[in-house]
Amino acid sequence: MNARYLPLTATVAIFLAAYLVCVLQYPNMLSTRVIGNLLTDNAFLGIAAVGMTFVILSGGIDLSIGAVIAFTGVFLAVLLQATDIHPLAAFALALLVTTAFGALMGAIIHHLDMPPFIVTLAGMFLARGMAFVLSIDSIPVRHPFYATLKGLYYKLPGGGRITLIGGLMLVVFAAGILIAHRTRFGANVYALGGGAATAELMGVPIGRTTVAIYALSGFLAGLSGIVFSLYTSAGYSLAAVGVELDAIAAVVIGGTLLTGGSGFVAGTLVGILIQGLIQTYITFDGSLSSWWTKILIGLLLFIFILLQKGLIHVTERRRRHA
Amino acid sequence: MQSASSYVLSAVGIDKVFPGARALDRVDFSLARGEVHALLGENGAGKSTLVKCLTGAYRRDGGRILLDGGEVDPRDTLEAQKLGIGTVYQEVNLLANLTVAENLFLGRQPRRFGLVDAREMNRRARALLSEYDLDIDVTAGLSAYSVAVQQVVAIARAVDLSGKVLILDEPTASLDTHEVALLFRIVRRLKERGLGIVFITHFLEQVYEISDRITVLRNGQLVGTRETAALPRRDLIAMMLGRELVGEVGSGNRHAAPGGDVRYRFRGFGRKGHIRPFDLDVRTGEVVGIAGLLGSGRTETAEILFGAERADSGTAEADGRPLDLSSPRAAIREKFGFCPEDRKVDGIIGDLSVRENIALALQARRGWARPLSRGEQDRLADHYIRALDIRTSDREKPIRLLSGGNQQKAILARWLATNPDFLILDEPTRGIDVGAHAEIIRLIEELCEKGMSLIVISSELEELVAYSSRVLVLRDRAHVAELAGERVTTGAIVEAIAASDGRAGT
Repeated sequence: MNARYLPLTATVAIFLAAYLVCVLQYPNMLSTRVIGNLLTDNAFLGIAAVGMTFVILSGGIDLSIGAVIAFTGVFLAVLLQATDIHPLAAFALALLVTTAFGALMGAIIHHLDMPPFIVTLAGMFLARGMAFVLSIDSIPVRHPFYATLKGLYYKLPGGGRITLIGGLMLVVFAAGILIAHRTRFGANVYALGGGAATAELMGVPIGRTTVAIYALSGFLAGLSGIVFSLYTSAGYSLAAVGVELDAIAAVVIGGTLLTGGSGFVAGTLVGILIQGLIQTYITFDGSLSSWWTKILIGLLLFIFILLQKGLIHVTERRRRHA
Repeated sequence: MQSASSYVLSAVGIDKVFPGARALDRVDFSLARGEVHALLGENGAGKSTLVKCLTGAYRRDGGRILLDGGEVDPRDTLEAQKLGIGTVYQEVNLLANLTVAENLFLGRQPRRFGLVDAREMNRRARALLSEYDLDIDVTAGLSAYSVAVQQVVAIARAVDLSGKVLILDEPTASLDTHEVALLFRIVRRLKERGLGIVFITHFLEQVYEISDRITVLRNGQLVGTRETAALPRRDLIAMMLGRELVGEVGSGNRHAAPGGDVRYRFRGFGRKGHIRPFDLDVRTGEVVGIAGLLGSGRTETAEILFGAERADSGTAEADGRPLDLSSPRAAIREKFGFCPEDRKVDGIIGDLSVRENIALALQARRGWARPLSRGEQDRLADHYIRALDIRTSDREKPIRLLSGGNQQKAILARWLATNPDFLILDEPTRGIDVGAHAEIIRLIEELCEKGMSLIVISSELEELVAYSSRVLVLRDRAHVAELAGERVTTGAIVEAIAASDGRAGT
């Protein structure tokens, strides 16, 4: 089998094994309700993680997305409280702002030749700070349109519901997969992750691609913020702290190399589902502290980093013997 | 003479000035359709600068470039490619994480309904590579294939994209004989198709094998362009070096073993799985050469002598006193020095300045508690830059900006600064040009006259013969023969290497 599919295969195998263990212990976890909730509860994280996957595939990192999600939430809440524009218009405005914010970070990374880590760290503080400027309180959203949106769902056999936001996450993943593997932009992202200098020599428009990648990440963080706003019906500047780290974890567990150039968007979905599954298991158990999620995620991350190192080692040795 | 119209590419009076150095001084260059034109010169002669000016990687400061008779001014390599000038570099400039087909069609993937049509792309990739007799799985990652195959893929991409001029910048540097033959077959075929091919290399025999004309640069100036068939090798070397290369075909003058006493005595020295135990005596002021095929244990011998790998058997003594060679630090304390083979990986620290690179080993021996003052470092660096003729605009230049030969000299300077008694050089002339070869050889001879004991590992047998008083021959990780005196000839070394069970080295 092609070595590049190995991390993804490992992720899927771990997910299936974990699910099997859960189902053996709590047969109820097989119900479509659990699956529907899994999607709904992780929708905002999943959408943000798609953006993070592109960023990491290109060899970068985006630390700003948690802050951008919080900013979007507060932005929407303030806007809907203070004015009477329609939420859809507010959504469009929020997406515009976050996309431009991502594009700006991408432009700085490219034109000033700065490490993405530093630029997006600055972006993180900036976005979080802007959220605080808008409001330091948690502002509830009481617009009737929110209730309408939350009422939308597709009923699965067995009583489970694919809610609007859960479905949206699946759509975003489908779109992400299409963009990553079936467009020239996607190929350029992988090329960038394989080596920016070489990619440039081969004609990849480095600047445009970098800006587009971070703009995409900003857009998806904004979309994730909208979903989060729908999910919580509130905007709070201290919300979604550390979501970027959960997203990175999902991407890495999903089999994407942190050094860039190798991985799959679909893997990130499985990475999200693994995280969600652990949380669901803890909920079912009832006696475990929710910190066990973090501990298990930490262990999983560690295992995957070892797996990737091992893979690199094996392929290098095979090459040397070739 | 060919008429001007038969030239696919001509460059007239190209100037390029870098801060502190004139890299190109009104250089003319012309390339005919269907010719292989070798571009030669020492390191730093301006070959790559010229190529970079032609491909738009550098902006030239003066001169004109004519392509098919019309003036062009490529702003970057992409524009040059669109105009018809494609380049393939020594380090394959493709992406190892993409598939072969993706590498061939990156940026111009066939699309259907706006989406990349992978099946069509793979089909076209197979068709393209079949022109080069390459029948490989184009959906596999590029990293699955050898450098030679990657090189061919790079050429296929460059030719497919540009189609008029192909520039090959040291394409054979990391290929073996068989792979070079494969590459040359492809070059000849492209030549028949009417492409103009510029070929840059250090290997003179390859120049004579494949090229029609030769252009030689020296210190940024054009020395001349000649028909290959009418240019004897000696004249070519003279053109490149601008001086008679002393001792290039040196033979036998040093073979009388020096009368000095045996200074270093290694008995049963070895390490399991690394190199079988060997005996070795080295006299004061003697060069002992080590010959063998790749993988025969040459580098392993060097590593064990320097303590980079700890010996698990045998003894080492100097003047009857036991030596501690348990680690490189210990070896440095015993006044050992080691210039490793792969200077890019093991030798230079690219982002540090020439000065810092030179001062490194001496500082390491003194320990962190006794830092070299800036003044001492400056003196040290200036001394060796002068003494070894290291060509750099100043001592604070990051060493990665220097040419290979000058980096090699800087590493040599690093060890000379520690004033070693015993110096191990692993492939000191690899990847550097003929002129620098001669200089390094001269340095080796000078060091040895000063009473230093040297071990030199080299795959250039003529060189070994020129400066070694004895040559050890290695095979299958064991020392199998020692040649001394009159028996130190390339023929005898080859025979000793070949006198095996017929197994070629890996």
